[in-house]
Amino acid sequence: MDYSILIGGAAGQGIETVVELLEKIIKRAGFNVFTYKDYMSMVRGGHNFMQIRFSDDEIYTYNSKVDIIFAMTQETISKHHDKLKSGGIIICDESFEENDFIKLPLQKLAKDLGNTKVVGTIGVGFIIKYLGISYDIAANTIKTFFKDENIDVNLEAFKIGYNIGENKYQLQSLEDDKILINGNQALALGAIAAGVKFYCGYPMTPSTSVMSYISRHANEMGIVVDQVEDEVAALNMALGASFAGVRAMTGSSGGGFALMVEALSLAGIMEIPIVLFNAQRPGPATGLSTRSEQGDLRFVIHAGHGEFPKMVIALRSPEDAFYQTARAFNLADKYQIPVVLLTDEYLADYDMTIKPFDFTKITIERYISNENEIEDERYKRYKYTESGISPRLVPGIANEKLVLVDSHEHNEYGNIDESIETRVNMMKKRMKKLDNLRTEIQEPDYIGAENPEYLLVGFGSTYGAIKEAVLRLNLTSEKFGALIFGDIYPFPVERLNYYSNKAKKIIVVEQNYLSQLKSLIDEYTDIKVDKSILKYDGRAINSDDIIQELNKFLSNYTI
Amino acid sequence: MKCEYELYKPSWCPGCGNYMIRDALKKALEDLEINPSKVVLVSGIGQAAKMPHYIGLNGFNGLHGRALPPAIGIKMSNKYLTVIVESGDGDTYGEGANHFIHTIRRNVDIAHFVHNNQIYGLTKGQGSPTTALGQKTTLQFDGVKLNPLNPLALSLTMGAGFVARGFSGDIEHLSNLMKEAILYKGYAHVDILQPCVVWNKINTFKWYKDRVYKLNDDYDYTDFELAYKKSLEFGDRIPIGIFYKVEKETYEQRFPFVENGEPLVKAELNPTNAQKLLEEFY
Ligand SMILES: Cc1ncc(C[n+]2csc(CCOP(=O)(O)OP(=O)(O)O)c2C)c(N)n1
Ligand code: SF4
Ligand SMILES: [Mg+2]
Repeated sequence: MDYSILIGGAAGQGIETVVELLEKIIKRAGFNVFTYKDYMSMVRGGHNFMQIRFSDDEIYTYNSKVDIIFAMTQETISKHHDKLKSGGIIICDESFEENDFIKLPLQKLAKDLGNTKVVGTIGVGFIIKYLGISYDIAANTIKTFFKDENIDVNLEAFKIGYNIGENKYQLQSLEDDKILINGNQALALGAIAAGVKFYCGYPMTPSTSVMSYISRHANEMGIVVDQVEDEVAALNMALGASFAGVRAMTGSSGGGFALMVEALSLAGIMEIPIVLFNAQRPGPATGLSTRSEQGDLRFVIHAGHGEFPKMVIALRSPEDAFYQTARAFNLADKYQIPVVLLTDEYLADYDMTIKPFDFTKITIERYISNENEIEDERYKRYKYTESGISPRLVPGIANEKLVLVDSHEHNEYGNIDESIETRVNMMKKRMKKLDNLRTEIQEPDYIGAENPEYLLVGFGSTYGAIKEAVLRLNLTSEKFGALIFGDIYPFPVERLNYYSNKAKKIIVVEQNYLSQLKSLIDEYTDIKVDKSILKYDGRAINSDDIIQELNKFLSNYTI
Repeated sequence: MKCEYELYKPSWCPGCGNYMIRDALKKALEDLEINPSKVVLVSGIGQAAKMPHYIGLNGFNGLHGRALPPAIGIKMSNKYLTVIVESGDGDTYGEGANHFIHTIRRNVDIAHFVHNNQIYGLTKGQGSPTTALGQKTTLQFDGVKLNPLNPLALSLTMGAGFVARGFSGDIEHLSNLMKEAILYKGYAHVDILQPCVVWNKINTFKWYKDRVYKLNDDYDYTDFELAYKKSLEFGDRIPIGIFYKVEKETYEQRFPFVENGEPLVKAELNPTNAQKLLEEFY
């Protein structure tokens, strides 16, 4: 089984609440859920829609076709009716002009209940009955979902919707042992688990929900959250906090990230560990505020003037977001470098059921030295070492030694030094860290046939779509494989070379115009990429899109 | 206990006001007997901003205009540190003006000493936000065309609880101001008149010396309107001293776990403490 429900309406109509309730009920009934969200950058009006897909099987992305459309406005119908599968239904209010749909007296019933806001809950009742999902699970979910004063009226609304509906399917509940979470929540939770104590940032979609999640738990977890005056302040402030010894973080979307770039370079020369993220949206400039793209890959890899070691990790899924964020803090501390997490609107916002995070798997490795271990009379913050990593002391925690960090080129003490010798040695010292970092970079995930004829290559949030495309294609012929990069800078090439040697055709899948991942492959390997499947319309690519494009490309070959 | 603050050889020009400011700072810290390892000196970029290299303290010599944000991060992470910011007029009122305004809004417990030589020293003599209208510089050949910014009036109107002006030519007075600023609980703004002997031939040592006068002992520094009026006085006579000083709630006090707990840097990190947050996702 594999069903999708599309719910559409104007901004301000509360479709988020309807979707959150419905996806929670379906999740509690034990199904795997994937909810895709499409917003316009508006607070009122416009047209938003969300698609809840669910299955008893693993699912990794959204579907192009849907079984049910719940239209809160006429526009939902005109915009989306072509997505309806044959045999699918459209539910709307009786006042809508359309004829051949299921028209319900939603407005009237809600008015009778004395609360026009419960229109959505009546619709939820109807849908639950139609699908044959457990009434009790739904009712219990409602009891925990709404605030006390709203529970009764919503239960009533749900019942009414349930009773006016007809039943079509019988979906047996399964064991509910998963969590339902989006990428930004998972990222934030990863940071909290890793012990972030200072978070600062400036609101910018689609990054903001990380900050608001952390802020909601700030007092409970002892985290200072500061809404700064601008993103320039954000990274500089986070660096101050990290210098003072706490785990600190900031993040933004492309435009805000651009404002952090000077301070990113500062982190490079000061050798201050820091974790930050860029939740990409389509640029240039303001671009499409509420939509998705992977257009900042090159920007982030090269962000910061001058040359210094940094690491970039592309997050692939909510699960990845949690574990990689926690790992990023350890890597930043170990190498005393900035680690940039690259995500995007799609991953930030979609909800997905996954195995609950295992917090015992998270380790905290600070690599902060003890004052007694420092032999030099005067502490050398930038002492030359074999690894390029200098023992790190925290100011004020050290009782005798002084810690000096500097944005100029500096000598081992951190004092300004313009000599040729110091410059060359310090460049080598810092860049040596990049060589060592390379040895612990994670190779991309491989999915599919062990000897693929066709190798798909992607990074970050396209993970689910590519994975699902490969699994589907391999049902008919075991010829497909996919590599999806998480760690992307320094660029790991081993597995890419290995599978490229086996494959006849190499196809890159990414959400940008210039095929930036392909350009990295060109830069770091001798591999010839045969095709780039690109999407830069601001909407997330799914497995249907990939298969369709692949079929076009491979129509000359037998697959 | 008496703390000695080691001094390193500066690259400032002979006769530069920065030397006196450094002497005043050293004296203030020694008088207060604060262990150097418990002080962090944060600066941006400029001649003034080189201070962390010339005195034995913890130091964060960051980016031009960006001295205040890291100072806030440091103080919030370890409230037991004495955090001092030293930077130029360009650094503070030009490139970093936005941070200046919002730092006042936060009222974090830091002392901010602005070396105001009314010129860009390091970059060789361009006009700064406090250079007088019409003054010819190495860039503004026919004179500065922007009106000067009034630092004290600005910090006063933004709600700063400690606003003062010092003069590098009076070390005793300046070092007392610095002590007061360091002891003050909250953001303390001290604008320091400092001659730049190379690039500002108008606001010379003599120019300042002839004009500055100390606020009277009976001056009421809790009177906001008086302070504001005094802040507008900048011409033939220039007042120095504490213009305004009142108690205000600090930023730290607005975070109960910061105010009442151990410094954040001492927190024990345990990933499983966050386990409970998973509840809402079931
Ligand atoms: C982003 C950036 N812009 C410009 C500069 C160049 N710069 C360095 S210091 C400075 C002005 C210094 O003036 P001020 O802050 O008054 O300090 P002073 O040298 O007078 O003490 C400028 C423009 C820089 N380092 N970084
Ligand atoms: S240029 Fe001016 S501010 Fe800089 S050291 Fe020389 S006198 Fe001082
Ligand atoms: Mg200056």
